[in-house]
Amino acid sequence: MDESLIIAGREFRSRLILGSGKYASFDLMVKALSIAETDMVTVAVRRVNLNDRSKESFLDHIDPKKYHILPNTAGCYTTDDAVRTAMLAREVLDNNWIKLEVIGDERTLFPDNQGLLEATRILVKEGFVVMPYFNDDLIVARRLIDAGAAAVMPLAAPIGSGLGIQNLTNLRILREQITEVPLIVDAGVGTASDAALAMELGVDGVLMNTGIAGANDPVAMAEAMKLGVRAGRLAHLAGRIPKKLYASASSPLTGAIE
Amino acid sequence: MNIVVNGNNTEIGEGSVITDVVHSIGLNTDRIAVELNKKIVRRTDWGSTTLSEGDKVEIVHFVGGGTV
Repeated sequence: MDESLIIAGREFRSRLILGSGKYASFDLMVKALSIAETDMVTVAVRRVNLNDRSKESFLDHIDPKKYHILPNTAGCYTTDDAVRTAMLAREVLDNNWIKLEVIGDERTLFPDNQGLLEATRILVKEGFVVMPYFNDDLIVARRLIDAGAAAVMPLAAPIGSGLGIQNLTNLRILREQITEVPLIVDAGVGTASDAALAMELGVDGVLMNTGIAGANDPVAMAEAMKLGVRAGRLAHLAGRIPKKLYASASSPLTGAIE
Repeated sequence: MNIVVNGNNTEIGEGSVITDVVHSIGLNTDRIAVELNKKIVRRTDWGSTTLSEGDKVEIVHFVGGGTV
C-alpha cells in the first residue's frame, strides 16, 4: 500500500492537489473537487470588490475542515508583492502555508527564480510553510531546499498550456537528486495520461487547475485525473519492466507442435 | 477626509478606525485581511488603528485561482 504524501509533517492521503480557479460555476468547482478526492486546494488572494455587497464568500464553497486551503501568490511579479500577499493570506485564515509564485514573464508565466529564492528565504524566516513553483532547474531546487522550502514544485509545461510533461529528462534527474522534500509537478498537465506519466516518474504529487477546470466536462476530468494519479503511482511502486529494443517472447519456446 | 481603499478614493470621517471602514462596506470580517500602507493590520488591531488623510488600505479575500 502507498504511504501518504507528507509535507511539513502533515499527511495527505491524496497526491493530487487542485487549484480552484477558472471554473464556470461554484457548483462545478465543488463537484470536481469532491470527485477528485483531493485533500488540498489552492486559492488566490485578491482585493474585495467594494461594490459587491453580497455576503457570499468563496470560502462558503470550500470547507476548510474538509480541504487544506493553500493560498497562493498568483499574479505576483516581485519578491515584495509575493511576500505581502503571503502575509495577507496568512491573516485571512491564520494559515501559514503558501504556494509561492514569483512570475518573471507574462506570456510564459515562467518563474523569476531569483525573486522566488529571495521570497522563500524571507517567508521561511517568517515561519511560513513554503511550497515554491519553479522550473526544472536542479540548482534552483537545491537553493530552494537550502532556503527551507517544504517542497519543490517544478512545472511540466507553462501554466494552463495543457501541453503535458515537456521535460521528462529534467524531471527524472530532479526525482533522482531531490530526496529531502517532496517533489510535486505543478503546471502544464492537460489530461489524465500526463498526470499518470508524472507519477510514473516517481514524483510525489501533481498540482493542476486548468486541466480540470477548462475541460469540457470538468467533473469527469477530475475523476480521470484522480485515477490517472493513482494509476501512475501504483505503476511506479509496482516496478515496471525494462525497455528492450528487441522482442522477448511471453510463451514457452519449447513444446510447440511441429 | 480622503483615503484610498483598494485603489478607490473614499471619504471617511475624522478619527475613523479600520473597523469603521470594514463595517461600512459590509464585509464578513473573518474572511478578509487588511493592509494599511503596505503593512498588515491584525484583526485584533482594527479597532485601535486610526486612519489619516491619504492612507492606502488594501482589503483582500480568497478567490478561486490556481494560477494568474
